[in-house]
Amino acid sequence: MIKRSIYLDYASTAPVDHRVLKVMLPYFSEKFANASSIYEAGLEAEQAIKNSRLKIARFLNCNANEVIFTSGGTESDNLAIFGIAGNFKSGHIVTSAIEHPAVLEPCRQLEKEGFEVTYLKPDKEGLVSADQVKKALKKNTILVSIMYANNEIGTIQPIAEIANEIRKFKIEKEYPLLHTDACQATLYLQMDIKKLGVDLLSFNGSKIYGPKGVGVLCKKSGIKILPQIVGGEQENGFRAGTENTPLIVGLAKAVEIISTKASKREKELRNYLISRLKKINGIGINGSLVRRLPNNINFSISGIEGESVLLDLDKAGIAVSTGSACSSRSLSPSRVISVLYDEERAHESIRVTLGRFTKKSDLDILLKQLKKSIKRLRNIS
Amino acid sequence: MADIKDKSGRKFIYSQIVEDHFFNPRNVMDEKKIKNYNAYGEIGSPACGDVMKIWLKIEEDKIIDFKWKTFGCASAIASTSILSEMAKGMHIDDAYQITAGDITEALGGLPKRKIHCSVLGDQAMRLAIDNYKKK
Repeated sequence: MIKRSIYLDYASTAPVDHRVLKVMLPYFSEKFANASSIYEAGLEAEQAIKNSRLKIARFLNCNANEVIFTSGGTESDNLAIFGIAGNFKSGHIVTSAIEHPAVLEPCRQLEKEGFEVTYLKPDKEGLVSADQVKKALKKNTILVSIMYANNEIGTIQPIAEIANEIRKFKIEKEYPLLHTDACQATLYLQMDIKKLGVDLLSFNGSKIYGPKGVGVLCKKSGIKILPQIVGGEQENGFRAGTENTPLIVGLAKAVEIISTKASKREKELRNYLISRLKKINGIGINGSLVRRLPNNINFSISGIEGESVLLDLDKAGIAVSTGSACSSRSLSPSRVISVLYDEERAHESIRVTLGRFTKKSDLDILLKQLKKSIKRLRNIS
Repeated sequence: MADIKDKSGRKFIYSQIVEDHFFNPRNVMDEKKIKNYNAYGEIGSPACGDVMKIWLKIEEDKIIDFKWKTFGCASAIASTSILSEMAKGMHIDDAYQITAGDITEALGGLPKRKIHCSVLGDQAMRLAIDNYKKK
């Protein structure tokens, strides 16, 4: 019997939608020309990029020249943080302790270079408040970078409220600026940068049924950033390198087909799974149940190590993720859950993220296999 | 270590020996029978992600029986399981000499970063032997 595999790790990456793949394909071999070339084929590629940029600008409610294409979420975050810091020799940055490493690592590096960084600790629910940000702001604060939705526990931060506090604080001044990493939020939340009130926003293709290796940094015009990749005038000089036409075209298509219906469907499935998980002895849900992405479930199983559960489920054909150090490439367990609870709970955590192809029956199979695994591992532990 | 295929062609992150011991652990302690064992050693902490508990039945300085419990990842479980097979029947002085390297080798290798955190069974066993000698 061929076992059907059940993918429940959409927050890690999502499969490329067939409609996205279709529009990308011609740009690999047929329409391969360099978009910077001025002969016809080059102009054709340039036009495809221009159209894609417009679609994304419409999605973000920004101008086309405010869209910078990058190689993905990590580069977008790096460009935002190093790019803004590059305008200064020193200064103060506010971020949270549960940011993605693509934000945390640049902040740590800047600390070594003499910048000061405040890492806001979220509350037990995994939320950072606008008030916390307000209290952290200083005269020399140049940048606030708070993620829109957390990649591990799916908690949604009050970006518009934070933007409001920053606006009140700076009055007529140019700084601090507000950046948000919206990689996990793109499919589900308001992405209008004017409604959000952000100056810089990152998102990428691989989380939204688009291709891997492409992302966007939306940067309001007039804001100066120091480019991190140099050697060409592409992307208005903010990001050098031949434009990746097929991936850019694919990213725009992925954005175009985002549907709000998916959000409602996944939320119902999520609530179903959470209600069933709560009935299992020793399971605790991590993070807010209210301000949470519709596709995220994160829980810890007391006395059982996450990697062991992951591998039991893998054997049953189910793909999930864990905050346990053991399954990641690093040695320390989930920083997010360690910050909110403790390291033991981080080692015991499992993340299940739903997507377009998740069915209720998949979750029933997950629950069945999970119970089996818990029983087996409790016996060993 | 990644991308090892097992006999069925399925990809698994660890070696086939680790896979076998993880899914079919040998000599797991049945806690109802704890009183049958005369030496106990424990190492690790839940915060670190690994706790190894080892019970030995030692007669005339020979390990007659070896049981264990482990809170930990697949390599932690597999390494304690294989150690139980290695040490059973050994003189305590010989068992005392078993190293993390010996266990790792018996498992057909482990990812480097896993060795220091998950192969702790040898230490727990030495603690059990020390405790036995103190009696």
